[in-house]
Order: sequence, then C-alpha cells, then structure tokens
Amino acid sequence: MTNYTVGEPIRDTRAPEGPIEDRWEKRKFSAKLVNPANKRKLHVIVVGTGLAGGSAAATLGELGYNVTSFCYQDSPRRAHSIAAQGGINAAKNYRGDGDSIYRLFYDTVKGGDFRARESNVYRLAQVSVNIIDQAVAQGVPFAREYGGLLDTRSFGGAQVSRTFYARGQTGQQLLLGAYQALERQIAAGTVKMNTRHEMLDLIVSDGRARGVIVRDMVTGEIERHLADAVVLASGGYGNVFFLSTNAKGCNTTAIWRAHRRGAMFANPCYTQIHPTCIPVSGEYQSKLTLMSESLRNDGRVWVPVKAGDDRPASQIPEDERDYYLERIYPAFGNLVPRDIASRAAKNVCDEGRGVGPGGLGVYLDFADAIRRLGREAVEKKYGNLFEMYERITGEDPYTQPMRIYPAVHYTMGGLWVDYDLQSTIPGLFVIGEANFSDHGANRLGASALMQGLADGYFVLPTTIGDYLANGPYGEIDEQAVAEAETAVREKIERLLSVDGDRTPDSYHRELGKLMWDYCGMERTEESLRKALERIPELREEFWRNVKVSGTAEELNQVLERAGRVADFFDLAELMCLDALHRTESCGGHFRAESQDADGEALRDDENFAYVAAWEYGEQGPVLHREELDYEYVKMSQRSYK
Amino acid sequence: MAVTGAILVLFLLGHMAGNLKSFFGAEAFNTYAEFLRTMGEPLVPRRVLLTLVEVVLTASVVLHMWSAVSLARRARKARPVKYAAKRKSQAGGYATHIMRWGGLTILLFVVWHLLDLTFGVVNPAGWDGTPYEKLVEGFAPSRWWVTAFYVLAVVMVGLHLRHGLWSAFQTLGLAGSRSYRPLKAVAAVVSAVLVLGFLVVPVAVMIGVIK
Amino acid sequence: MGMNLTLKVWRQKGPQDEGRMVTYRVEDVSPDMSFLEMLDVLNEGLILEGDDPIAFDHDCREGICGMCGMVINGVAHGEQVATTTCQLHMRHFADNAVITIEPWRAAPFPVVKDLVVDRSAFDRIIQAGGFVSVPAGSAPDAHSVPVKKDDADAAFDAATCIGCGACVAACPNGSASLFTAAKITHLGLLPQGQPERDSRARAMVEQMDAEGFGGCTNTGECTAVCPKGIPLDTIARMNHDFLKASR
Ligand SMILES: Cc1cc2nc3c(=O)[nH]c(=O)nc-3n(C[C@H](O)[C@H](O)[C@H](O)COP(=O)(O)OP(=O)(O)OC[C@H]3O[C@@H](n4cnc5c(N)ncnc54)[C@H](O)[C@@H]3O)c2cc1C
Ligand code: HEM
Ligand code: HEM
Ligand code: SF4
Ligand code: F3S
Ligand code: FES
Repeated sequence: MTNYTVGEPIRDTRAPEGPIEDRWEKRKFSAKLVNPANKRKLHVIVVGTGLAGGSAAATLGELGYNVTSFCYQDSPRRAHSIAAQGGINAAKNYRGDGDSIYRLFYDTVKGGDFRARESNVYRLAQVSVNIIDQAVAQGVPFAREYGGLLDTRSFGGAQVSRTFYARGQTGQQLLLGAYQALERQIAAGTVKMNTRHEMLDLIVSDGRARGVIVRDMVTGEIERHLADAVVLASGGYGNVFFLSTNAKGCNTTAIWRAHRRGAMFANPCYTQIHPTCIPVSGEYQSKLTLMSESLRNDGRVWVPVKAGDDRPASQIPEDERDYYLERIYPAFGNLVPRDIASRAAKNVCDEGRGVGPGGLGVYLDFADAIRRLGREAVEKKYGNLFEMYERITGEDPYTQPMRIYPAVHYTMGGLWVDYDLQSTIPGLFVIGEANFSDHGANRLGASALMQGLADGYFVLPTTIGDYLANGPYGEIDEQAVAEAETAVREKIERLLSVDGDRTPDSYHRELGKLMWDYCGMERTEESLRKALERIPELREEFWRNVKVSGTAEELNQVLERAGRVADFFDLAELMCLDALHRTESCGGHFRAESQDADGEALRDDENFAYVAAWEYGEQGPVLHREELDYEYVKMSQRSYK
Repeated sequence: MAVTGAILVLFLLGHMAGNLKSFFGAEAFNTYAEFLRTMGEPLVPRRVLLTLVEVVLTASVVLHMWSAVSLARRARKARPVKYAAKRKSQAGGYATHIMRWGGLTILLFVVWHLLDLTFGVVNPAGWDGTPYEKLVEGFAPSRWWVTAFYVLAVVMVGLHLRHGLWSAFQTLGLAGSRSYRPLKAVAAVVSAVLVLGFLVVPVAVMIGVIK
Repeated sequence: MGMNLTLKVWRQKGPQDEGRMVTYRVEDVSPDMSFLEMLDVLNEGLILEGDDPIAFDHDCREGICGMCGMVINGVAHGEQVATTTCQLHMRHFADNAVITIEPWRAAPFPVVKDLVVDRSAFDRIIQAGGFVSVPAGSAPDAHSVPVKKDDADAAFDAATCIGCGACVAACPNGSASLFTAAKITHLGLLPQGQPERDSRARAMVEQMDAEGFGGCTNTGECTAVCPKGIPLDTIARMNHDFLKASR
C-alpha cells in the first residue's frame, strides 16, 4: 500500500482569531452552556482512565453529566500514566528564573520542531498553571523544599526550572489524584465505572458518535453502550513496536476502530524514542524499562573511542572514552533533547562502538557525580532508579556505569482533533496521548502529563459542553448499533477459528522488529518501502496462521492480544506510509535523506509545514493537509550546539 | 483488645510485686494477702475492693478473649482457602505468631492457677491453707512438674507481652515510626522483668530459699 | 546455561469452578528473565499445544501499576524484598527449583481465573473517602499553603502504595489495614487533607470491614512483603484517626 490519494485540505475552525493570549478566554465565553438541570440527562462515555480520561470523567461527573467510563485494567488506578517518572511542566515561574506562559509556549513550539498549532500550545501553557494548583489541592505530594514550597527541576532541554515532580513517581501521584477524584464521583453515582472492559468499536449514527461496543473481559459478553458523546482517552500506540516503554496492554484498538469509522488519523509516523532505557537482554524480552531522563542531569554518556573495544568499562582509560554528547553539543552536553540524544546513541552503536550484549548500548556513568557530590547525595537523588536498574540487570550502577539504549516511548501522532478536541466525527472527542496532540513532531520531557491533565480537567469539560448544548441528537439508528456489534463478533470468531500454529505474540514480536528496523529511529525511502511490502504479507500470514486458544466466553488473554495485534498491523502500515510521504526530517521523524552536513535533522518547511490527517478509505488512505501558520514563533532550524 | 490487655498487664505488674513479698517471709506475704482483702476499710466493707478488682479482671479476660476469638473468626472468614505452600514469615518475630496459642496456654494456666493457689483444690495445703502455705507446699520440690508448668506458662506470658505490649500502643494509635524501637525495647524489658519476677518465687520455693 | 524448573501452579477456570495445583516443567530459563517472562515462555508453549495458558494480571511490568501479583513459594510477590512479581528475576532462583505459584487468597479478593483475582474491594475503600473533595478549577494557588517538608515526605512515603494487595495476601488475618492506612496517612498528613480527616478515617475503616477483610493484630507481615515498603506506623495513624473520629 504505497498508494494514497490527496483529499481536500482540512482546517481547524474552532480556534478563535485575535491575540493568542485571549483565544482560550474567547472560546470559553463563546461555548454554549448546558442548563444544569439537563446535564444529568446527557450521557457521556469516556474510554480510558489515565491522566486524560480519569481527570475528564471525574470533572464531567462533578459538572453533573451522566458519565460511563471504561478501562481494560482491573482498576482505573492502573492506567499507563501511572508509570511516568520525571515530572510535569508548568509555567508557574515560582523560581523567578525567567519562565512565563509565553516561554513555555515558545519552547514547546520549537521543541515540537514547528509541527504543532500555536493556538493549542498557547492554551496548554496557560492551563498548565491551574493543573499544579488542582493537583496540590487534591493532595498530590509534589517534592517540596525546606521552606515548605514546591520544588522544581529543569528537564531535558529546558533552560528554566519548570518541572514539578514527585520523586521518580510523578505520573503515579498525579494519576492517583485523578483516580481519587474519579472514585469520589463513582461513589456519588455520577460516574459508572466499567473495569476489565475493552472498547472494540465505535457506534456512529447519523454521522455522530453515539456509543461504543465493548467486551466484558471476564465473561466475554459483548455489550453496547449508548451516549450523547464519546470521549477517547485510550493512550498512545507505541506498542506497535512490541518492545517499548509502554505498559503491555497499551493498544491502538480504540482509536484505530474510530479511524475505521471515519475519524482522521494525524501524523501517525511521529514516534518519540527515549534515549535512556535499559537495553534489551534477550529474545524473551517482553518490554523495555525507561530510566528517568533526569539521570542525564548528573550522568555522563560515553562509549569507547575504538570500535569493538570489549574491555570492561573500568579498564578503559579516560583518554580512550568518547563523551560524544559533550563533544558534539558543547552547549547542551548530556542534556540535549530526546530525539537528538537517541540518534547520537544509535550512530555510535552503528559505528561499532556500542557496549554490552550485541553492542546495543552506551554507558551512562555516575563516577564523576559520585566523586563530586558523594555517594550519599547521588543515592538521595537517584536511589530508586539505581535500585530499579540493579533489580533488572543485576549490575550495581554505583560501581560500574549503567548501560542504556534508546527505546520507543511516546507517539505524537493520533486522532486528528480541532481546538475543541473534537475529531472529524462530530461527538467524538479525543484527549491525552490518543489525539495528535500539541507536541508537534517531538514532545518535550514532562509535557505529556501536562497535556493529558489540561485536556481532562480544563479543556474538554468546557468544549464538550458546547457540543452537548446543541443536543439532543435524536434517536440512535438501531441498524448502526447492530452492524457495529456484528462486526465485533465476527472479528472475534474469525480470530478463534483460524487455529494455526503461531501465537499472536510471535507475530507481534516480528511486526515490532520490522517496524523498529524499517520505521524506527532512522527511516529511509528504501526501508519504508520494504516495510510496506512486508507488513501486508505478515498480516496475511497472521490471519491464516494465528493460533488463539480458548473461547470467547471467558477471560481469554490470548484473544485480547490477538485483537490488538490485528489492529497494530493496519496501523503499522499507515505509519510507514505517513513516514514515506514525509520526505523531510522533523522531531521524532528522521529521514536519512534529509539531513544537513553535520547529520542533523533537516526540515522542509516549504513543503511539509502541515499536519498530515489521514482518512480511512476502502481504496486506500486519503491525505488531508492542515497547513500550519506561525504568527508568533518564527520558524527556524532547531540547534542545540 | 488493647485496653483489656493493658488492664491485665497492670494487674500482672502488681501481682508480681505482691508475689515478691514472699521473700520477706510468711508474715509479710500473708499480711499482703490480707491487705488485699481489707483494702479500703473502713470506707468500704471487707473484700469489696478486691471483688471489684476481680470483677474488672474477669471482665477484661472475658472481653479480651472475646475480641481474640472474634478476630480469629474474622481472619478465618477473610481467608477461606488456605495457601498450598507453607507460608514463610517475612516479618520474623515468632512472638507475633503465637499470640493465640500463647493466650490459650495462659488461659489454661490461669484456670489451674486459680484452682491451685486461690481455691487450693489441687493444692496440698488445701482450701483453708494460708496463702503462704499454699505457695510453699504447692511448689515443693516433689511437685516439680507444677513448677515446670508454671515456668512454661510464665514464659508464654512473657512472649505474649513482648508482642502485646507494643502492639497495644499500635492498636491505640499511640505509636509512630520513631517510637517503634524504644517501644519494642520497653516491651521486651517489661516482659523480661515480669518473667523473672514471677519465676523467682516458685524457683526459690523449689530450691528451698523460701520455706 | 539455562535453568530447569518445576512449577506448581494454581489453575481455576472461573470464579465458580474448583481449582487445583497443576505441575509444569519449564526448561532452559535464562537467569535474566523476569518471573513473568518465564511464565510468558511457558504460556507460548501451552497455546501452541492448544491448552489454556495460565492467566495472570500484569501491565506496566516495571513495578508501578500494581496489577501483577502472585504468591510464590508462600510469599506474596516472592522472597525478594521490596519487589513486585514483574520485577522479580529468575537469577534469584536455583536451578531445578520447585516453585509453587498461587493467587492472592482472601475472601474479598475472589479468584477470577487462575492467578487473576478481583481487587475491586480496594476501589470501594477509596470511594468511601480516599480523596480530597476539590472540584476542578476551584483550587487556590499551589503556594498558598506551604507544607512542612517532613510532612510532605512522610505523606509521600505513604502515597507510594500501588494497590497491589500483597499486604492482604500476606497478612495472617487477611487484613487490608496497610493499604487503607497508607491512604489515610497520605491525606491525613497534608493540610489539604485536614477538613475530611476524621470522616475519611471512619468511612474507609468501616468500608474495609464491610468488605470482609480481617482485623489487624500487628503481625507486620504486610510491611515485610509490601513492594513499596509502606511503613507500619501508617496503621497506628489510621487507628489513631479512627478512634478519634469514633469518639
Ligand atoms: C515509562 C514512561 C515514562 C513517562 N514519563 C513521563 C514524564 O515524566 N512526563 C510526562 O509528561 N510524560 C511522561 N510519559 C508520557 C505519559 O506518561 C503518557 O503520555 C500519558 O500518561 C498518557 O496518558 P493518557 O491519559 O493519554 O493515556 P494512558 O495513561 O495510557 O491511559 C489509557 C487508558 O485507556 C484505557 N484503554 C486503552 N485502550 C482501551 C480500550 N481499547 N478499551 C478500553 N480502555 C482502553 C486504558 O485502560 C487506560 O485507562 C511517560 C511515558 C512512559 C511510557
Ligand atoms: C492474663 C493474661 C493476658 C494478658 C496480660 C494479655 C495481654 C495482652 C495484650 C497487652 C495484648 C496486646 C493488645 C493489642 O495489641 O491490641 C494482647 C493481645 C492478644 N492477646 Fe492477650 N493477654 C492475656 C491473655 C490472653 C488470653 C487468655 C488470650 C486468648 C484466649 C489472649 C489472646 C490475645 C491475642 C490473640 C492478642 C492479639 C490481638 C492484638 O494484638 O490486638 N490473651 N494480649
Ligand atoms: C509463677 C508465679 C506466680 C505465683 C507465685 C502466683 C501466686 C498467686 C497466689 C499466691 C495467688 C492467690 C492470692 C490470693 O488468693 O490472695 C494468686 C492469684 C492469682 N494469680 Fe497468680 N501467681 C503467679 C503467676 C500468675 C500469672 C502468670 C497469672 C496470669 C497470667 C496469674 C494470675 C492470677 C490470678 C488471676 C489470681 C486470682 C486473683 C484474685 O483472686 O484476685 N498468676 N497468684
Ligand atoms: S500497602 Fe504495599 S502491599 Fe499493600 S497494596 Fe499498597 S503497595 Fe501493595
Ligand atoms: S500483616 Fe496483618 S495483622 Fe496487621 S500488621 Fe499487617 S495487617
Ligand atoms: S505489572 Fe505493574 S506492578 Fe507488576
């Protein structure tokens, strides 16, 4: 499938005009209000209980809507957001170090390599301030200083200290705050929670999103849930690579099904590779573990100067080590943004200078930090991370350098939404990592948590009101419901009936490897074409030869996985196509053909300053371009040298 | 549980002190026993206060046992299916795991003990022996098994309290992270003192220091 | 140099079915595998043989979501201290070892299938009062109330609970005290948690009892297996707040 057609350009019609500082106020004021007495009668479905979905469901419940919420885990508290370590950005300027809403806005637009909308990003920076207030009031135990005030730190690539954190467990603490707010609403009866339920299709009636088909993962029952609006907050799709830092259950099913039903998918190829993960140790590996980026504040990254040098780190003398980040990027050193650090690691490994099994790793060395600050201080700052490292690798990072390697971490692409966070299907709203988001081609560290909570606590609850106030939207077409339900049943039956001789995981692993090799940190026309050839073959084999044991009427984890892998196949293809069509390099998308003399990413603003919104078509994907204009931040080549 | 336990601990402390009077001879001990009965006279009639103490004690024992039994029943209901693998204690401290058996042993002991030294039913000195006689004859060297039983029981009491004492503070919410070490130390010392204090008497009788 | 192991695993088809221990052999296990990866490998084999693979809960596989959990050789999350099942690695087992694997056992945690249990009782305990009532948008500036660092740190220690349920699984009384106390302590130590402190303690403890968990006799098994090392003084704090609230 290297063919696609180009459709009409698409525009975001919801963002108000005028000075950027006033746009969100304007939109809030122009949004219609729902009569409080009617809210109870308006039914909203929220899929996902991560930072985005959890905060949205809780807030919609507080406002008085009738909310039904879903997640595939056994409790809303376990959504993947729980794993975020580093922190959350906010333009509080508590440090007085020159931060401001405008600076956060500026850094985010620039960090995203000029592929995000100015209006959205500005709003995000504005709202970031309220998130911290909200979280603190909920009892989120952010790190504090001795004076009792909140502590902040600077984070990957930022020159101001605007990242609020809760040790290495910021995501956990923020999610628990949202979870507790959600449980409060569940107790109050405004939210009905359905755990261990997986959304398998979207119900579209009369062109509007009106409900979802879900599978009760314990009994296997296929259920229909109808509503006036549907919110997807189902997270990112990094697991298309099989090995990633995402939780095992993260999937694309919810958004992919919505895409199949008409929601456009934007920028699927933008993938963020995180530079500091624990390298793969063997074939059986099931996931990769991230080591917080904050480690780069004190750790020094190096590899041996000579290729193939297999002496243990301690025996490599200082002058035979290459601290390559410090060498190439003297201004930022070990703190360059993620995409740059990741690619630099890949390059030195490609030169044969990688360390550890298979030469896929670089050292992150704390020897200097320990000498300078003392072991105790290092332990205080990074103790839990060091422990985690030791638990996994069996090596002691206090006495020998850590080995790290980049891994897939975050997906900037997702369903296309307008300023109201509404997709191209009216009544379908998409928030958090599931939408194509405000991060452009590259997300800055500590900005995903900010975006998820901004969407859930503050933006969506306002904008969805505008949609709902125009309701009610009439009877739901029974045929549309039945059709969606049948489609779900048929897919399940098909998966169960193949009865071949390979497991879903083995296909997933192979697909992931293929994606990593051909559509990973570095992409070329050749590699992408190869991928686009291989994926359909593998998918065809999957549908012919997969083995799903058990039945549909019970807890069946093999069936769950098979369904997700099937959707990953389709998504993978669109990702490669998107990557192939975007012949420039930008942010998390590096096309080897488009680099400058120093090997840095080279954007092509002339031809690609747009969001690629893909429409699903039986005849192949249709590309709709949303042109991006920059009124406030002048487009320039990113440089961290 | 903790409140009743605490009452029992206070009783034991007093009881031990009283028992130690036996070292000062029959006179002192019998006077002490008599004092117990005449406490508060003439404000309150003979034995009223003692009876009151006995009532409180009995109530405490009953309540204590009742809570222990209901806790055990709740525990059984909370885990209807047992583990197949033998559960290994990760917390250490065998004392915590023998609370129920310890309690039961103590209960049996108290029954015997009352029959023995209070009512004299199983005591050679009989019902009307003076407390001192009962003591000396009850722990006579020839009745070494009685003494052995006492030793066992008193050790059990010690173990029960080594956990029970700090546990009571925990249950009443009076403990904190900083007080655990001192609390546990105090519990260990008090238990040890009680064990020793109780044991010297029968042992002294047996080896003839008290006669 | 892989290890060979004998596993005795609790198999139970559904909540109403009888369960039993079933023995499996796994061969050539790498010491670098995590415990769950070892089970993955076993399961891949079972699927291909057309057998039902062993169902177990897991998600993050990095010790933070609290989804995984099994009793391994009689110890919740296995014998490695402060470690979730997903972070337990095979290098801690001996070659030719026999490993028994069972689900959490507690009446309020009914078995759903094999090693999967239903822990929704924990959510209901939180529903009873494990929150601060603050609707979105109504919060004052974050710096308007300073919090003493010691309190903030102690609150944090308690807040790290991942809701895995190992404390219940390990407690000889099947008590959920540590889990409940962790939340009561976290919120009770912060100024933001004060207004609801009494009602929270009472409601959460009452809900815990209503769910059918056992009572605490301070045996301390819970802290010992807790992957986050939630300290025992949280329970003292819970008791304190509860007694105060019940007066
Ligand atoms: C290891 C790691 C560390 C990170 N650290 C940071 C950091 O320090 N700072 C930062 O800003 N960002 C960080 N991120 C990114 C950030 O955590 C995520 O982008 C963010 O949490 C996503 O939140 P979400 O609410 O959109 O989705 P998620 O938290 O992924 O939630 C998805 C929800 O959807 C549900 N769901 C999914 N599919 C279905 C379905 N088909 N049916 C029903 N329910 C479904 C799930 O049950 C879940 O409740 C990190 C990410 C990783 C992987
Ligand atoms: C006179 C003798 C006894 C004394 C002095 C005593 C004292 C105590 C004390 C102080 C505690 C700690 C209470 C707490 O932590 O809440 C305790 C706990 C306990 N006692 Fe006793 N006890 C005695 C007899 C018994 C008997 C006869 C039984 C049982 C039949 C028993 C069973 C228990 C149990 C099960 C506990 C643990 C409960 C808990 O820690 O809350 N005890 N005891
Ligand atoms: C081993 C040392 C002990 C000795 C020598 C001893 C001695 C005595 C004596 C002499 C009496 C009778 C007092 C009287 O009738 O005036 C008595 C009563 C009693 N003892 Fe002990 N005792 C010992 C240990 C214990 C222990 C360990 C317990 C409890 C666990 C206990 C519980 C009691 C009780 C409940 C009474 C009845 C009190 C009353 O009637 O008011 N004793 N003891
Ligand atoms: S207290 Fe510890 S063992 Fe219990 S649920 Fe929380 S993290 Fe798990
Ligand atoms: S193990 Fe159980 S008895 Fe109490 S101290 Fe922990 S809850
Ligand atoms: S799988 Fe998340 S804690 Fe183990």
